[in-house]
Amino acid sequence: MVILADLLQRQAVWRGGAAPVTAAIPAAPVIPTGYAGLDAELPGGGWPVGGLAEVLCHTEGIGELQIVLPALAALTGAGHRVAWLAPPHLPYAPALRAAGVRLNLLTVIRAPGRRDALWAAEQALRAGSFHALLLWLPRAGYPELRRLAVAAQAGPGFALAFRPPEAACESSPAVLRLMLEPNEGRLAVSILKRRGAPIEAPLPIAIDRPAFERPPRAVGRTPFPAIPAPGVVARACAA
Amino acid sequence: MSRGHALPEPEREALAAVAAWACQFTPRVSLEPPQGIAAEVEGSLRFFGGFEPLKAKLQQGLTDLGFKAAFAFAPTARASHSAARGGRLEALPVAVTGLAPEALELLGKLGIGTIGALLRLPREGVARRFGQDLLEEIDQAGGKAPEAREFFAPPARFAARLELPAPVLQAEHALFAARRLLTQMEGFLAARHAGVRAFSLELVHDGPPATVLQVGFAAPGRSAEHFARLLRERLGALTLRSPVEAIGLDAGDLENIPGQNKNFFDDRHTGAEEWLRLVERLQARLGSEAVHGLETHPDHRPERAFRHAGFESNNSNRTQKQSETFAPRPLWLLESPRRLAEGEFTLLAGPERIESGWWDGAEARRDYFIARSGASLAWVYREREGNWFLHGLFA
Repeated sequence: MVILADLLQRQAVWRGGAAPVTAAIPAAPVIPTGYAGLDAELPGGGWPVGGLAEVLCHTEGIGELQIVLPALAALTGAGHRVAWLAPPHLPYAPALRAAGVRLNLLTVIRAPGRRDALWAAEQALRAGSFHALLLWLPRAGYPELRRLAVAAQAGPGFALAFRPPEAACESSPAVLRLMLEPNEGRLAVSILKRRGAPIEAPLPIAIDRPAFERPPRAVGRTPFPAIPAPGVVARACAA
Repeated sequence: MSRGHALPEPEREALAAVAAWACQFTPRVSLEPPQGIAAEVEGSLRFFGGFEPLKAKLQQGLTDLGFKAAFAFAPTARASHSAARGGRLEALPVAVTGLAPEALELLGKLGIGTIGALLRLPREGVARRFGQDLLEEIDQAGGKAPEAREFFAPPARFAARLELPAPVLQAEHALFAARRLLTQMEGFLAARHAGVRAFSLELVHDGPPATVLQVGFAAPGRSAEHFARLLRERLGALTLRSPVEAIGLDAGDLENIPGQNKNFFDDRHTGAEEWLRLVERLQARLGSEAVHGLETHPDHRPERAFRHAGFESNNSNRTQKQSETFAPRPLWLLESPRRLAEGEFTLLAGPERIESGWWDGAEARRDYFIARSGASLAWVYREREGNWFLHGLFA
């Protein structure tokens, strides 16, 4: 009994049913997501420091990165480093800057092979240099993620793995698992796993989407000017 | 003030271990057998923030090591030692001086029971009867005379052993005891400004040969907290065939970890060394192009509006080049634009005409639109020739 009480005290195990999520238990430190509605449902109120979180996403381009951008902006604003590991496309610097991310504190690590990506992730987590490490691991298995979760424990921040929706059926060592779906220009966030009671309905989260203040003009009406034939400019200058 | 009589081996080892641990607070540590350690801390007070914080650190550390300790601070080691053992020097019985039995008997007959009473006697008389050495020693103990000390020299390799109070069958339960040894090792390493890349934990059984766990890490370190975390994982995966009676921790091959001056203005850049080492390691395996920073670049062509940035010094002070605010830009840019068929998307906003680059041979003449494709928002463009391409995703 002593050991059990001790374990519960240290939050080494968590109980599914009873424990209220954001109660005054001495929760592990977190980094706020920047979305009040989401923070209210996450244990401690944000991304778990020293933890591995997962975001499962149906389609690219539904605003999936918006879920973590406010945290990245806040972290880099406070002078902390963040990293993107094995991103599927080019993280676009002008858009990141517009979202408030300080680019000089952002590191991009490109690792084409699966083994290299896992190795690099573990190195980065163990070094404890990043307050947020975003990972794209389409084909990571449980034992590999487990290694990353352990490596993340020593760090000052959180690791966030973006994975395909099929991973929802597999078990995962992540302390937090979110499923993102599009919902009329917003994101619907389902919490698949968290420390504490499960949540029933998906949370609608209002994210930044590009504004459509100008309806598109008909495409055909904006022709490009004809390319001047070679030599035309030169002749005009000479004239 | 006790004489250096022969100590049993375990006690001497324990004392040496505490001394090696205490070397992180000051290089001037000396042994006071059988149970004392003297440390000259005056030079370290400023670093540790004064008297009370240092005392708290010592207290906490010794508790972690599993020792109970009494503290006393005095101008000399002897004085602090006697104060730690029983308060005021004057109140101690004369027997603690270690005089010959006849001399003690004589003092008893004279009614001199305590050091205080002895000191009240005329000094010349005491010196004549009991020798100058006795007075000198008492003066040193009282902090009135300086004393030369032999300082403790920590060994070059860390090795420590701990008998468990009861045999343990679950490897995880050995962690608590291992934590003590790790704390001890942390102090030992800190004193030498060193770290280790590996250590081995020996689980000693009664009959069968010991189980040895080798734990290694990428970078030399010494944090007991961190080591304990790694060890927990290793111990958790271990099944024991026979109970553990004792544990031993061993680490050689010390590597220098250079000390870092505390930053005068802010602590933001602590860990910068660690980060650079990480970048080096990653680049060594993945190639130097694979690890980079980003910066914006004033160019209208989207594929040229950013650049890879290195991590040279002064990185964090680099000014970002100011480029004008554009229409919305996507967070993902496709490495090479993908050809789209006309019916794959619905245009939502645009166009934004980008015509640039005729001077460097990579001319772009495009109309960009925000388009919906399925559930995704995409950044598409139409080339002058009328072909559609996907160039980015509003992720």
